[in-house]
Amino acid sequence: MAPHTPQRSSRPGKAVALLGAIAIAASAFAGEIAPSERRSGYDFMSRETRAMQDDDTANPGMLWVLEGGTLWSRKTGAAGRACADCHGDARTSMKGVAARHPAFDAAKGRPVSLEQRINLCRTDRQQASPLAWESRELLALTAFVARQSRGLPIDVVIDARTQPFLDAGRAAFHRRQGQLNLACTQCHDANWGRQLAGNVIPQAHPTGYPLYRLEWQALGSLQRRLRNCLVGIRAEPYDYGAAELVDLELYLMWRARGMTMEAPAVRP
Amino acid sequence: MASALINVPARAKRGEIIEIKTLISHVMETGFRRTQLGAVIPRDIIRRFVCTYNGTEVFRAELHPAIAANPFIVFSTVAVESGTLVFHWTGDHGFSVTESAAISVD
Amino acid sequence: MERPTSRRDFLKTAGGVAAGLGLGSVIAVAPARATPAEMQEAIRKVVGSARVTPGRVKLDLPPLIENGNAVPLTVTVESPMTEAQHVRAVHVFTEKNPQPNVVSFHLGPRAGRARVATRMRLADSQNVTAICELSDGSFWSDSAGIVVTLAACLEDGI
Repeated sequence: MAPHTPQRSSRPGKAVALLGAIAIAASAFAGEIAPSERRSGYDFMSRETRAMQDDDTANPGMLWVLEGGTLWSRKTGAAGRACADCHGDARTSMKGVAARHPAFDAAKGRPVSLEQRINLCRTDRQQASPLAWESRELLALTAFVARQSRGLPIDVVIDARTQPFLDAGRAAFHRRQGQLNLACTQCHDANWGRQLAGNVIPQAHPTGYPLYRLEWQALGSLQRRLRNCLVGIRAEPYDYGAAELVDLELYLMWRARGMTMEAPAVRP
Repeated sequence: MASALINVPARAKRGEIIEIKTLISHVMETGFRRTQLGAVIPRDIIRRFVCTYNGTEVFRAELHPAIAANPFIVFSTVAVESGTLVFHWTGDHGFSVTESAAISVD
Repeated sequence: MERPTSRRDFLKTAGGVAAGLGLGSVIAVAPARATPAEMQEAIRKVVGSARVTPGRVKLDLPPLIENGNAVPLTVTVESPMTEAQHVRAVHVFTEKNPQPNVVSFHLGPRAGRARVATRMRLADSQNVTAICELSDGSFWSDSAGIVVTLAACLEDGI
């Protein structure tokens, strides 16, 4: 059986040896991917996995979107208010929201992720307790809101207020860390498209979050994936909601600016 | 909180073969996985799926742990008459979910 | 962590760490695994003493999948699906999963078409077998091999 050769650009298809043995003669800040060469993780998947994402009746992520739609209309908290009471039909009111997050929150003085925004609404407007990270309800609401941005270009705002956080995220992406002493950029900027342990290294664009990961057998957030990455290079993962993770989210979304939102995506 | 996605055409011509897609949220815990301390995580799966068409069984499936989480089943049936298609999933620990869809047959 | 300065300090630290780890550390457990013989036995239970002939049924599986947790499969049988001539059932088996049965679909003339699809789990690269039972009591089979790869950075239960 011939090994699967994924479609990619003109890069040679060399297999990459053990992580620790990679001799990457790149400078500390490896060249970022040219905008025209950016590809979604979708392009690196097999035909069957792509088919799973393309069909809303077969995409398991849609089960969370369905549940999110129900939660959207449910009254909750001491204020007895549903999201729908303020925001009406999500198809119009939430259009583009996920594509703009993480976004600056004046009260917090820093960017917040979509999950944090949802919880801020719960505590401030609904007088309800915040939903736990990676809880079914929070994932369902996030998936439902993110679904309303499908097809739209990623469009996070970088200005004087968010610039320092973008810089922090960019620095984290380029910093070697963990027992394997690897920086994100070494795999995802310098070696995307090559094989690592039987699978293709994607460019790491967050176009599809929250997404159904076959490995998780469930829908999960970008922060869950980032924590996985950190464990993968044998680094201590930051806690959910940590500033470091949100800064990194902001950088990844900026790095993917203009690319099309796919949530809820399916990935291997 | 189980949710199910069912894809059935709302209307069909008499005698037409219609394709039905069903997707239900369920962890389908195999009973072969272990915790970090070595304890077996007990099996928890959907074992049976039945589709009836105006009360008559037209399709049935027996599922084993090898069926992927959030079971996805595609099958077909002949649109014989207008009425209701009822979908019933049952499994371990008293799991039982019923959904229905109306179909109009010309 | 401060470097221990005396031998006594070092032993105390090491002992503390060891006690903390205790028996909670990872136990390497060999995964359960069926054998081709067990698959044949499972097929026997369904088919009885009847003969199984390769043909008539077609099993569609991707030749390679990036993750064994959700492998799409489709089984098709060319059949008029009339009262006189139809497919009664389709059964799917594996040879290397912890246990050999995957699913049994029960059809009949009301199905109109003998085509079913689902997603299955595969523990390893292996062969999958589909067996169909026709209304005349005959059994037919098809097999397909599939390579299962896995992502490099796994979650590892965090």
